[in-house]
Amino acid sequence: MEHTTDTLERVIIKFAGDSGDGMQLTGTQFTNTAALFGNDISTFPDFPAEIRAPQGTLAGVSGYQLHFGSTNIYSPGDKCDVLVVMNAAALKANLRQLKPGGTIIANTEGFDSKNLRLANIAETDHPLENGSLDKFRVIKIDVTKMTRAALTDSGLGVKEIDRSKNMFVLGFLYWMYNRSLDNSIRFLEEKFSKKPDILNANIKILKAGYSYGDTTETIMTRYVVNPAKMIPGVYRNMMGNQATALGLIAAAKKSGLQLFFGTYPITPASDILHELAKYKNFGVRTFQAEDEIAAIASVIGASFGGALGVTASSGPGIALKGEAMGLAVMLELPVVIINVQRGGPSTGLPTKTEQSDLMQALYGRNGEAPMPVIAASSPADCFETVFEATRLAIEFMTPVLFLSDGYIANGAEPWRFPKSADLKEINVKFATEKNGEKYLPYKRDEKLSRPWAIPGTKGLEHRIGGIEKQHETGNISYDSENHEFMVHMRENKVEGIANHIPLQTIDTGTEKGKLLILGWGSTYGAIKTAVLEARAAGYDVSHAHVRYLKPFPKNLGEVLYNFEHVLIPEMNNGQLVKVIRDKYMIPAIAYNKIQGLPFNAGEIREKIESILGK
Amino acid sequence: MSEVTTTPAQPSFTAKDLVTDQDVRWCPGCGDYSILKQAQTVIPELGIPRENIVFISGIGCSSRFPYYMETYGMHSIHGRAAAFASGLKATRPELSVWMISGDGDSLSIGGNHFIHLLRRNFNINLLLFNNEIYGLTKGQYSPTSEEGKVTKSTPFGSIDHPFNPAALALGADGTFIARSMDRDPVHLKDILRRANAHQGTSFVEIYQNCNVFNDGAFEIFTDKETKKLETLFVENGKPLVFGANNDKGVKLDGFKPVIVNLAEGHSANDLWIHDETDRVKAGILSRFFDNPKKGGDHFPRPFGVFYTEQRACYEDGLNAQIAAALAQKGEGDLDKLLKGRDVWEIH
Repeated sequence: MEHTTDTLERVIIKFAGDSGDGMQLTGTQFTNTAALFGNDISTFPDFPAEIRAPQGTLAGVSGYQLHFGSTNIYSPGDKCDVLVVMNAAALKANLRQLKPGGTIIANTEGFDSKNLRLANIAETDHPLENGSLDKFRVIKIDVTKMTRAALTDSGLGVKEIDRSKNMFVLGFLYWMYNRSLDNSIRFLEEKFSKKPDILNANIKILKAGYSYGDTTETIMTRYVVNPAKMIPGVYRNMMGNQATALGLIAAAKKSGLQLFFGTYPITPASDILHELAKYKNFGVRTFQAEDEIAAIASVIGASFGGALGVTASSGPGIALKGEAMGLAVMLELPVVIINVQRGGPSTGLPTKTEQSDLMQALYGRNGEAPMPVIAASSPADCFETVFEATRLAIEFMTPVLFLSDGYIANGAEPWRFPKSADLKEINVKFATEKNGEKYLPYKRDEKLSRPWAIPGTKGLEHRIGGIEKQHETGNISYDSENHEFMVHMRENKVEGIANHIPLQTIDTGTEKGKLLILGWGSTYGAIKTAVLEARAAGYDVSHAHVRYLKPFPKNLGEVLYNFEHVLIPEMNNGQLVKVIRDKYMIPAIAYNKIQGLPFNAGEIREKIESILGK
Repeated sequence: MSEVTTTPAQPSFTAKDLVTDQDVRWCPGCGDYSILKQAQTVIPELGIPRENIVFISGIGCSSRFPYYMETYGMHSIHGRAAAFASGLKATRPELSVWMISGDGDSLSIGGNHFIHLLRRNFNINLLLFNNEIYGLTKGQYSPTSEEGKVTKSTPFGSIDHPFNPAALALGADGTFIARSMDRDPVHLKDILRRANAHQGTSFVEIYQNCNVFNDGAFEIFTDKETKKLETLFVENGKPLVFGANNDKGVKLDGFKPVIVNLAEGHSANDLWIHDETDRVKAGILSRFFDNPKKGGDHFPRPFGVFYTEQRACYEDGLNAQIAAALAQKGEGDLDKLLKGRDVWEIH
């Protein structure tokens, strides 16, 4: 078959199917292959909270969106060019995300009467036959039938055979986008090294999908998406939780401390534990505690003993940790607390993303309990940000809250990984000598940081606790003036960190102008994309992204005052915007999306246009 | 008995060196004073450098303890001391970690951490001061208060069924379970030495009199008149004997304990011989938990080491995994880790 080839700058593919259809794996495989090829990428997995939601239903639809291109990609993209649907429910749930004129690749077997019924579609309304998809290009493939036919002699049961049908789709897409099968074959070889018949079946189907493209007349055009022109260097694909885990290991190495990670499983933070548990040869001690409170308590105990204590959770778990976080503030011990945010309140939307724990991070403890708060803006940025969180914790003897969210935790992007020698040094100075006639555990240095004397150090025996303590001696004190003094002292210490962090910069645009979009956390990609597009269309709009949320960079006020309007998009009901209005007394405009989904660049673009006029 | 009793080295410090410059703020007459004194007496004998000792407590009257011990210490939050101690021991196994807690702290708000500490078996000494009352909050009933207890929060008597701490600890697979009391310094010191010698979580329940809110709760076990009949001090390998003239004993009729009168033809040879390593018998012993105030036929309350076994400590397992990984893969190379496996270069 002769095919023509078109070159595209960027493509968005959404893989959607039942949660048992292996769409996450298919998406991840295409992503890795695209990344290895040199495309810039950004991904967004979107899956149900239930492990096995009822098969074939809308509740059970699992999706994976991938944006890849030969230009810089900052977000998983808005609407997709290609929608792969394994059944009717997947089509129904995702059709509105497909661009007009986009391509649907449909597994026809997933549209039989049973699947239509499960998706609540009347048989008379068969979407592949009633003309409702006329404005799209529909490629119908009976994936199930062809997979079964190819594997009749494999000796495998129908259930096992059907499980490899995602490989057919993957193979077909590899053909469509001119990709090599090598990376996925290597992956399968490792995954099924002990199950040769399953391995052979999967490879066979992957190749069958590829050949199907080659031999059928279904599509006449194949596509090429060239490697992206990114900053020269060596790259790898990186997900947010994985980057967080690596950042912690790097910080432990650079500080020379033992990493102790105490945690309790919770979506979407558990993958940090899974990742760290692998690295025992880095001396990483992971501890799956009996509950969230024990997790942070164990970490504070480890930190008291001179380890780098880190815990991770999501909103509900952070709520449980609140009291212990307050203790960490009082003890002034270095602890890193990771919140991979998800939709709330209460159990909320466990697998969906949200930025609604900022207020909890800043204020969610009893008493005046200031704590530095720092947020990552993209999957790979988790590495640098959690490394920085660790540095602040150790150098300022304080718990630090690191904010990530479900979107960047599970999303992926290329990462130009650093060399260990280029990472900042983290200086640890354990106290070894008395700093007075007696050892004074709360005598402070010029950063207002107290000394870290760990058990085993002769002559520095001391007691610390959660009761208000006397300045310098750390002895219990109920003195009213001392209490006020110590409250100010702890606040000043944290605010003083502003002298040791970078100034706020403009990410895209100019230092003065009509509109500044101030973002934090995972909205980075969508804002950046929208601002680049809007500036290209002539709008006077700029973008600044805050990593340090407590304390703010010293110059943040000046940055804001240079613009006529400040817009703050957040995936919550308006949290940073309240802090900014309160602190800088400006009428910042809130723009909120609370749907468990990240912003689209298009939504932000529209908001820019509505503020600045068309 | 497979445990090694520590031979006291020449102490490098004395009980006096364990006294801090803080005024002890317990109520005059509180049983905590005695426990503090016995601990300060025993610890210098143990051959542990003072700087390697850490006391970690939760919240409650007993949890002020670390402030009065010139060692490292942490006064943490209510109920969670076990978790703080676990994290410390997981990273610093060479330290001697002592956890101080009370009946409210460990059996109510911290019940979860209590059972998990026992099953993990970190090598920690857990001293639970049981006064059967909430003292610091001024007199509410606790999870060990007896049914019908009239307190500020239960003016019509408590309807809660109390915990039996020894049975609970056995149920959680504790590897060292003992009971002592504030008013028997010799016994308490002996149990503290035994607890320290045990490798694993050593659970010591200490009956402690709260002379303000629950005075006399344990008087029947401590008073000279009643003590002989109401208590049973168990020793490994020795028969279960009690009574005014050691004239009563306990024998086992199958799994059923029976009190017998030695003066009436029963010999000590017929009696239940205490075996600290027998989990089933320890279970029966822990159920000698009758409320003597109710009168009638009842078993004496046992004191001593109920049960002990050797089981791997969590921190040893953790260290073994790390050592195995290091032996197998060598020390982790950060640059290799950052690079991962699949990379591509952009020129």
